Amino acid sequence: MLKTFKRGGVHPAENKLSASAPIITAELPKVAVVPLGQHIGAPASPVVNKGDVVKVGQLLAQSSGFVSANIHSPFSGTIAKIEETIDITGFSRPAIFINVEGDDWLETIDRTDILLAECNLSATEITSKVKEAGIVGLGGATFPSHIKLSVPPGKMAQVLLINGVECEPYLTSDHRLMLEKGDEVLVGTQLLMKALSVSKAFIGIENNKPDAIQHLKILAKNYIGVEIVPLKVKYPQGGEKQLIKAVLNREVPSGALPIDVGVVVHNVGTAFAVYEAVQKNKPLIERIVTVTGKSVKNPSNFKVRIGTPATQLVEACGGVPEDTGKIVSGGPMMGKALKSLDVPVSKGVSGILLFNGKEAKRPIMEPCIRCGKCVSVCPMGLEPYLLMTFSEKQMWESSEMSHTMDCMECGSCMYTCPANRPLLDYIRLSKSTVGQIIRTRKQ
Amino acid sequence: MNMTIIYTILSLSILGGISAVILYFVAQQFKVVEDPRIGDVESMLPGANCGGCGFPGCRNMAEQLVKAESMEGLNCPVSDASVMTGIATYLGFEATIQEPKVAVARCNGTCEHRPKINTYDGANSCVIAAVLYSGDTGCSFGCLGEGDCVVACKFGAMYMDPLTGLPVIIEDKCVACGACVKACPKHIIELRNKGKNSRRIYVSCINKDKGAVAKKACAVACIGCGKCVKVCPFEAITLANNLAYIDYNKCKLCRKCVVECPTNSIHEINFPPRKAAEAVMENHNENTIQTN
Repeated sequence: MLKTFKRGGVHPAENKLSASAPIITAELPKVAVVPLGQHIGAPASPVVNKGDVVKVGQLLAQSSGFVSANIHSPFSGTIAKIEETIDITGFSRPAIFINVEGDDWLETIDRTDILLAECNLSATEITSKVKEAGIVGLGGATFPSHIKLSVPPGKMAQVLLINGVECEPYLTSDHRLMLEKGDEVLVGTQLLMKALSVSKAFIGIENNKPDAIQHLKILAKNYIGVEIVPLKVKYPQGGEKQLIKAVLNREVPSGALPIDVGVVVHNVGTAFAVYEAVQKNKPLIERIVTVTGKSVKNPSNFKVRIGTPATQLVEACGGVPEDTGKIVSGGPMMGKALKSLDVPVSKGVSGILLFNGKEAKRPIMEPCIRCGKCVSVCPMGLEPYLLMTFSEKQMWESSEMSHTMDCMECGSCMYTCPANRPLLDYIRLSKSTVGQIIRTRKQ
Repeated sequence: MNMTIIYTILSLSILGGISAVILYFVAQQFKVVEDPRIGDVESMLPGANCGGCGFPGCRNMAEQLVKAESMEGLNCPVSDASVMTGIATYLGFEATIQEPKVAVARCNGTCEHRPKINTYDGANSCVIAAVLYSGDTGCSFGCLGEGDCVVACKFGAMYMDPLTGLPVIIEDKCVACGACVKACPKHIIELRNKGKNSRRIYVSCINKDKGAVAKKACAVACIGCGKCVKVCPFEAITLANNLAYIDYNKCKLCRKCVVECPTNSIHEINFPPRKAAEAVMENHNENTIQTN
């Protein structure tokens, strides 16, 4: 019997169309746009000016607060301008425009493919290297990784969990990474274990990726303390709290963090980025992006430099199909519809998904029939129908008391609702409003 | 005879009497002294409970008025000058008459002027759309068109024009309570002075993008060229973040800026038609835009 989390969850069609497509390195664009706010928290403050010539790997913008991350140049060339532009979030935010010239890397970066498993650095040195490299959670939440590595005083990390679940349908970037860079991911895992001074790490992988499980299981024999855990397929198993419940059977209390139960969770992509940063001196300037969709000619996985326009990736897969109805950044469940394809890839983009017109259309909303399906599928044990009503009626105190802030926006409620009610839309609204109320109360 | 009836009447009367005495003293003990003026003032207020004054309802406003030492900062936007003067005289204050205001929607991005580049099919609510992204047109500042302001209006003074996709304010019904101003997540609606004969001039745009970007997204956007600032004889217009703003307290309604604006983003409301010479000038202006 395979492990999984107990409460709620849904089973959307997997549609992993690009699972067998090997990772291709995307071409360099002519003009790149590197957004300054690619992570949760304060946007980085630029340290370069218009007209400066930069090399690949050079620092472009510095972390500007506790929750913030450095941004390095993914390209060599000249800084054209620093201006606001619409980025992948759909809002206008500042970004650095680079005119790409050649591909000139900083000499300190090791560009060879040789595996470096040995590491003599101490825990704090690893953490500071992770911070220096601007690594953020590559699963999609983009929370700066170094903060997760610095365990607050009074708390202790016991176990490291590596998230290779990739429960979102369509996406295959983590899957391909585990297959093609298995050793690097495992070395990254050991570096993270060292940084946290834990002796045990689990890599959770859903059972729909048997090749990746098999591959990593063989490799993991050479790495002490790393164990591969196959999991039963269920969405949203990639959620931090769900993964902890599935693998370790520990429950993270409402409002608490995984560290409160002695666990730190990182994505496989992050583990790979940590390997590159610590062993190869390479900052986070690339990531794997899946470009997929039922009508896309060649669904593919790309190794993309941050700042490459999304249009270019879609072109490389055979262009935008004629029947496209909606383009989503990320997976179909939690991803965000794009306003236009003319946006740059940022650190948090795990995929670009092109829905055809039929899939894209939202069915007509009908009155709630009180069937309770949303309650039974909510992995956090919330009552989505109630939270939606509170939000609609602007009853923010009641929203807070019904734990709207615990919602992780997985979208299971909306997926399952037979009346097609926009539950998550309203819960997002109540989350942002209640969050604001809580922040003002604290001040 | 039937003594039971007599006993019953007697015992109940005594019980009633004792209770009355107890209740009298309790009532004395827990007496709430309330200024009788509060009730009087409340009855003078319109009783709309719209919250336009900044208090939860007319009763609270009446309490604040009675407590206050002058009328400063306390104004019921719904009632006209005579009501506020009446209250001021009743309370012995000097009446500060505020100019009547009206809500103004500062976006002219109709479907024609501001082409849509995508379709929004989420929940019908501006606040939700605003949480998700910057809007279905190239302009990330303008009206989202889901009509939260119309829902917020308690006086039936607003409706969405299906042709333009923008809210329309019915001037005669608008009481300037400010509910729509609070409801709009894009801060498009502003309360402005109603003006002499209801004549108003305002910049119908809040796009802070650079001129070229703004113009590309919307044909009638303010491009921040500053022509209006130069032509204004009263220094009523300020330019900040590529956007002109007309201070309604300084504006003398001369209409010079309206003619000057190359994108027609300055609107004049309820003015009589211009004289021939001015009309020619305006035509000329329009021609220059086309050739550009």
